[in-house]
Amino acid sequence: MLVTALATASVLVGVAELDRFVLLASRLPRTAALVLTGAAMAVTGLIMQLLTRNRFVEPTTTGAGDAASFVLLMLLLTTPGLPLAGKAAVATLGALVGVFGFLALARRIPVRSSVLVPVIGIMYGGVIGAVTTFIAYRTELLQELLSWSVGDFSGILRGRYEMLYLAAAAALVAWVAADRFTVAALGEDTARGLGLDSRGVLLLGVTIVAVVTGIVSVTTGLVPFLGLVVPNLVSRMIGDHMRRAVPLVALLGAALVLGCDLIGRLVRFPFEIPISIVMGIVGGVTFLWLLLGPASQPGRASRPAARPVPVGRRRG
Amino acid sequence: MIQTDSLTKRHGDIVAVDDVTIELGDGLTAIIGPNGAGKSTLLCSIGRLIRADAGRVVVGGLDVATTRSRDLARRLAVLRQENHLPIRLSVEELVGFGRFPHGGNGRSVHDRARIENALDLLGLEPVRGRFLDELSGGQRQRAFVAMALAQDTDYLLLDEPLNNLDPRHAVELMRLLTRLVTQRDLRIVVVLHDLNVAARYADEVVAMREGRVVAQGSVEQVITVEQLSDLFETPARVAEVEGRRIVLWE
Ligand SMILES: Nc1ncnc2c1ncn2[C@@H]1O[C@H](COP(=O)(O)OP(=O)(O)O)[C@@H](O)[C@H]1O
Ligand SMILES: [Mg+2]
Repeated sequence: MLVTALATASVLVGVAELDRFVLLASRLPRTAALVLTGAAMAVTGLIMQLLTRNRFVEPTTTGAGDAASFVLLMLLLTTPGLPLAGKAAVATLGALVGVFGFLALARRIPVRSSVLVPVIGIMYGGVIGAVTTFIAYRTELLQELLSWSVGDFSGILRGRYEMLYLAAAAALVAWVAADRFTVAALGEDTARGLGLDSRGVLLLGVTIVAVVTGIVSVTTGLVPFLGLVVPNLVSRMIGDHMRRAVPLVALLGAALVLGCDLIGRLVRFPFEIPISIVMGIVGGVTFLWLLLGPASQPGRASRPAARPVPVGRRRG
Repeated sequence: MIQTDSLTKRHGDIVAVDDVTIELGDGLTAIIGPNGAGKSTLLCSIGRLIRADAGRVVVGGLDVATTRSRDLARRLAVLRQENHLPIRLSVEELVGFGRFPHGGNGRSVHDRARIENALDLLGLEPVRGRFLDELSGGQRQRAFVAMALAQDTDYLLLDEPLNNLDPRHAVELMRLLTRLVTQRDLRIVVVLHDLNVAARYADEVVAMREGRVVAQGSVEQVITVEQLSDLFETPARVAEVEGRRIVLWE
């Protein structure tokens, strides 16, 4: 309902007079891109949180986005002019390596310090990001770098966004395999007791996260906070049973992106405020509200619920 | 039948399980012993939650080291001493994951029946929709036991399942376990802290100390003054009340 309303509004708002051509070439693609990106990125946040058993991680805060940008920059420097699909594939590979690197780091953190997991992620991403920015600065490619790491939907036209359907399909795969992810998140021992192939699930999850991150990077650019805010909101509402959570996460993700995009287009009409700025404000405030807000019962979603790798001390 | 053959597990210098070769029969087997004796390590090694350094474990004819984990999960359910749930699930959802090893998604008629049965047996009907992080420790403990039961296995391994349970629920759980042994032919191995509970409900008692099995036999054979005083290095007394053995400490 909310999504439909927002999507309709999104299609109707714009500078240019609404005619058939504008509708098909620009407005509809933009709205579709918003919905697909919002849904897919929110779901990747949920996957990352279940895989790390930590509420405070998402692809853009754990090096996935930074690693994708890094390899895209390298690609641009060495073999410019690759088609969009090629770029997306390379970015996906970069994100894949980036996430595995983060998970390897997270694995080394002692159980008691699970609060550190998001911090490690931000620092890890920060290092990759700094190197990338430096190289981009020296090679005058900062503009390109921004286009990957900072979501912007104003330039979306027909023929430039369709790959996002693939990203949404990846999120759909996550839904199909949802029970595995939930079982993986139950804890290492419980998962093994239930006969889960943890490695397979990890590989699947990281691949989905990488595919979405890679595609979104080269098409619209990543949207911050989304993967953090939406799954936490949904966890509050209905819990973490992933099969049940995915539809709501996807819908809310789409709604949030549509909403932020609309705000960005309306506040200084006819000019646009980039969605990342709106998202930064809306997402940041929502997240703070989640942390400190009215229903902050102990043991709720507001707590870093988790341990990346439970070693489990046993005493008599 | 559960068999271990020269099972050994070290943690650094500590030998948590030291060359244990035992055979556990049908019925309800209780493992007793002081803190740090290696009870949990033995139980978790049998349940393949811990990989032993040496030796073999065979459960119902399956070598746990080589059998596919999923196949094993249909024959054997294991519950650790501490069960911390990192995510938010309702009681019903958690119990539903007991059906995970059987494939499907827990929504078939048979799966539903198993889940309902497990909820019912553990008295979780009133709290089935509640999130686990909103429950008492005892209710959470029972939810985990219910998940293990929903797994519908031949073997059930429980590590101190009476932790956090009040007397009523502790007694109910032990009665349930003995009932499952006779009615469903379930074979249960349970680490018990309370010797009186072990004396009351166990078909067989295994006593461990410093990683070794020091005694194995019926309640009459193992719950004795000599064995217990030795095992816990504390003078014990064993009284008979209404035909049951009661352990008292000097
Ligand atoms: N993960 C671990 N790391 C180091 N030592 C451990 C670990 N788990 C158990 N131990 C040690 O192994 C011994 C046996 O532990 P455990 O099997 O938990 O004993 P019990 O359950 O009988 O109290 C103890 O000395 C304990 O300190
Ligand atoms: Mg123990």
